[in-house]
Amino acid sequence: MTATAVNAPDESMTPVQAGPASEPFIAARAGRSPRYGAKPAQPTSLIILIIAGVLFLLPIAAMVIFSFRSNQGGYTVGHYLDVFNPALEYTYDGLFVGIQNSLGLCVITVAIILVLLLPVMILTELRYPRLRRVLEFVCLLPITIPTVVLVVGFIPVYSVLSQLLGSDAWTLGFAIGVIALPYAYRPIAVNLAGVDVVTLTEAARSLGAGWLPVLWRVVIPNLRRGILAACFITIAVVLGEYTIASFLSRTTFQTALVLIQHSDPYVAVIFSLIALLLAFVLLLAIGRLGAIRPRSKD
Amino acid sequence: MTALASNRGAGVTPRRRGAPSPRRAATGWIGLIPFSVYALLFLGIPAVLAIASGFFTSGGAFTISNFSAFGDPVILKDLVGSLGLSAASAILGAVIGALVCYAMLGMNPEGWLRTIVDSAASVLAQFGGVMLAFAFIATVGNQGLIILILKQVFGENAVSSPIYTVPGLTLVYLYFEIPLMVLTFMPALEALKPAWGEAVATLGGSRWTYWREVGFPILAPAFFGCMILLFANAFSSFATAAALISQGGIWPLDIQRALTSETVVGHENEAGVIALGMIVVMVVLMSAYGVLQRRAARWER
Repeated sequence: MTATAVNAPDESMTPVQAGPASEPFIAARAGRSPRYGAKPAQPTSLIILIIAGVLFLLPIAAMVIFSFRSNQGGYTVGHYLDVFNPALEYTYDGLFVGIQNSLGLCVITVAIILVLLLPVMILTELRYPRLRRVLEFVCLLPITIPTVVLVVGFIPVYSVLSQLLGSDAWTLGFAIGVIALPYAYRPIAVNLAGVDVVTLTEAARSLGAGWLPVLWRVVIPNLRRGILAACFITIAVVLGEYTIASFLSRTTFQTALVLIQHSDPYVAVIFSLIALLLAFVLLLAIGRLGAIRPRSKD
Repeated sequence: MTALASNRGAGVTPRRRGAPSPRRAATGWIGLIPFSVYALLFLGIPAVLAIASGFFTSGGAFTISNFSAFGDPVILKDLVGSLGLSAASAILGAVIGALVCYAMLGMNPEGWLRTIVDSAASVLAQFGGVMLAFAFIATVGNQGLIILILKQVFGENAVSSPIYTVPGLTLVYLYFEIPLMVLTFMPALEALKPAWGEAVATLGGSRWTYWREVGFPILAPAFFGCMILLFANAFSSFATAAALISQGGIWPLDIQRALTSETVVGHENEAGVIALGMIVVMVVLMSAYGVLQRRAARWER
């Protein structure tokens, strides 16, 4: 190889040529910031982010302004006071029922994740690692099947189910739990992959711990970050769910919002803002959970 | 001696340690039952029913005549509407989202800005739905902030709101497509190794050379994979469109019309046919996504 380089000095990348060629390169770079690779310049980065930030805050800002707009023109805090006005209670009755139902659904759906999904994920990890792919496939399936398609199948299922359990709103929890599966699965799976549960379990077992103490005092505490994230994200899914409740004609927060939007758009916007903020706080909490991890390990 | 030791081992310790294991093996699978039953009842059966209902008449007899719906000009027009809306919002969302990701690369990955952007993107991408529609009604709806300003400038009749039509939905969809792009494309962009940039620089390449020869080729599978995911996401979303549009125009709204219509009787099974069509499109999209994702994963270690 060196022979070719010596014999054919014209070919571009000989060591002899590389030396002098790189000198003007360094000189040229020295004046400006010595940047290379993928990272953008700080100003470029800021400009893009500020434009994107403004465009994304605009609809939120418009919602805030809209919620203060008076019917007669001008601005008022009246719409916020209306919510607590006993005289208008009847108007907002549906909305409060919807919120109540959705909060109940949050409890049921989180319970489904904790009681059905979590144990099977731990069991698969400990005993049936070969089934892990199957479980992953099942849990991610609701992403491939659109909710609006699943609903076509939910309608006959629920016509049977309502004969057994009644047609109360809480029964929707089973269907929403399925929609929440992919979101709840991921944080727990990531956490499971990061902790060597098998070794931990064997260590605890060899020290004489029974299965329940192992689960309760070894496995679950090590997975609490993933479990907490799964619960928060499930709550966000339930609060934002519209399709299933709408097709199955149950009153939940979102269907009530759509209904009240026709009679009182201001209150619909106020509650949308509150719900978006709540979802944002929940996900921010998940983000902080993730950010703490590297520090606490050091 | 080793034989003796192993004999003793087999005689004492493994039996004590191993004693629970036959019982464990026998009872362990019982733990899988509750979830399996749940997944079967509320995921398996609904999915099968959704697909199968297209093959039956409302009386319950097997038929393939429902599939004539695919010859219905309205259904075909709405398919084009769905695909057009998904394509437009996926392409624009992917390009703009990638640009935002690029800008985020300049920020501290552990910093507060990243956490806030991630959380906000997650809210908008996954849980916006109806509330996103309201945000746009307040912004560019008939009485929206921007429309009112434009009306003051150009006159009452010169401006009308675009968001109540299918093409206008593209704008609204971008508000969950761009965040989804940020969430899914960011890991790929962060996996670009600084060493590659250093290598290009030491060989005398410019930043443009870096992007042309290294950055773009490596990111291409991830970029197009994410674009397909965005397409699938727009194609399957229902809530935002339902809150804004009442007269149909995309497939999810056709399913709604077929299932809830009280004027046209006997169209329930048309919902099954469209549902099957949607699943076919989604399976094709997600398979393509899987292939591209595997290619992209080669560099993400």
